[in-house]
Amino acid sequence: MDPAIELDGVERRYGERVALDGVTVRLPRGATLAVLGANGAGKTTLLRVLAALLRPHAGTARVLGAELPRERWKVPGQVGYLAHEPLLYRQLTARENLEYHARLHGVDGARVREVVAAVGMERRAHEPLQDLSRGMVQRVAVARAVLHDPPLLLLDEPRANLDPAAADLLEPLIGRASGRTRVLVTHDVDGALAESDIVLGLKAGRQAFLDEGELAAVRELYR
Amino acid sequence: MIAATAAILRKDLRLELRTKESVPAMTLFTLTVYVLFHFGLDRDSLDGELAAGVLWVTLLLAAVIGVSRLFAAEREQGGIDALLLAPVDRTSLYLAKAVALFLFLVAVEVVALPAFGLLLLGPGLGGAMPELLAILALGDLGIAAVGALVAALAAETRARELIVPLLLLPLLVPVLIACAQATEPFLRPDQGPEDLARWLGLLTLYDVVFVLLSVAVFDYLLED
Repeated sequence: MDPAIELDGVERRYGERVALDGVTVRLPRGATLAVLGANGAGKTTLLRVLAALLRPHAGTARVLGAELPRERWKVPGQVGYLAHEPLLYRQLTARENLEYHARLHGVDGARVREVVAAVGMERRAHEPLQDLSRGMVQRVAVARAVLHDPPLLLLDEPRANLDPAAADLLEPLIGRASGRTRVLVTHDVDGALAESDIVLGLKAGRQAFLDEGELAAVRELYR
Repeated sequence: MIAATAAILRKDLRLELRTKESVPAMTLFTLTVYVLFHFGLDRDSLDGELAAGVLWVTLLLAAVIGVSRLFAAEREQGGIDALLLAPVDRTSLYLAKAVALFLFLVAVEVVALPAFGLLLLGPGLGGAMPELLAILALGDLGIAAVGALVAALAAETRARELIVPLLLLPLLVPVLIACAQATEPFLRPDQGPEDLARWLGLLTLYDVVFVLLSVAVFDYLLED
């Protein structure tokens, strides 16, 4: 079977600044890739390239068999992207937000009710997001990311703002137990090492190490 | 594509009802300008070309406010990313935004037209209402077609407050000319249609060309 993700020498620039420089990684389906690195190392850029929101400027990138950017049209609907921002409208309720995304993804109302229950938001689903805590909004963002049951999850700090009980609650949806291929960006080094199959270290856009996540190498990333 | 367009439009109308950001601002602006003309021209009533010019220039300037805010929620809350992650035709975003802008303009005109009549118009509008509604509908369609395109173009730029009026108003000059010329005969005391079919034809052609052009290029505007 094709790997879920296959990057070979991927580069991405913003003007003159190089955000990703020669990233090479191969992730089998169902496996988890943890991406570590200090702020500005290129982690979010990598996720956006994988989500087909940014095109790579050099190298080859294949996501779920789609060659980017040539076949980027194959990626939408296949990826659940949990970004820094929740990608939700503050003035709409949790349910209205999820119903909107369900219509875009061709998902029915029963699935909306299912994910609302799965993230423990039944009692607060009718409230505008601007009235909810950041942890509650993060739960709704998780519900949005898994609403269409995507085979690939791109998770940028998925446990941000979550209390331990909420993190446990969301584990079946976005954790290893979900059975999905995952790319996990986090600053929780211990957690990343524990729940990943491959570790990618980024430093100023360059690949510092791959699958050699010993503590000394990890510490070097944050210097 | 129709389902996605309907979903985005429904969301946009719901957001406008909640935030009341665009339509009240456009309406208030229009009313203020009519009041300013009322006092600035120091005349109790206008007619003919002057009245048509005041009516349409004010509506076009009000449209600038709506166009500037059209992609605000998407820009500020990640709506474009969310849409690009969904398996929908990007054209649905353009169509939904154009229809939303059209409806915003209609809502503004429901208030602005009676106010225009009350503050500035000598001859009444009542007798020519069917023709005026046709001119307004085609004019609004042209503004919406171009406005949604310009709004998308400006959404990802830093100087969007400058880009919207600088791009939008020159593109809308044909709409202004056709709408003002078509409206002018109805704003004279001896009101009656004059070349109405010609101006309506021109507006229809403009609308068709800009809708097709916008649909053709909109995909590229959302490209990284």
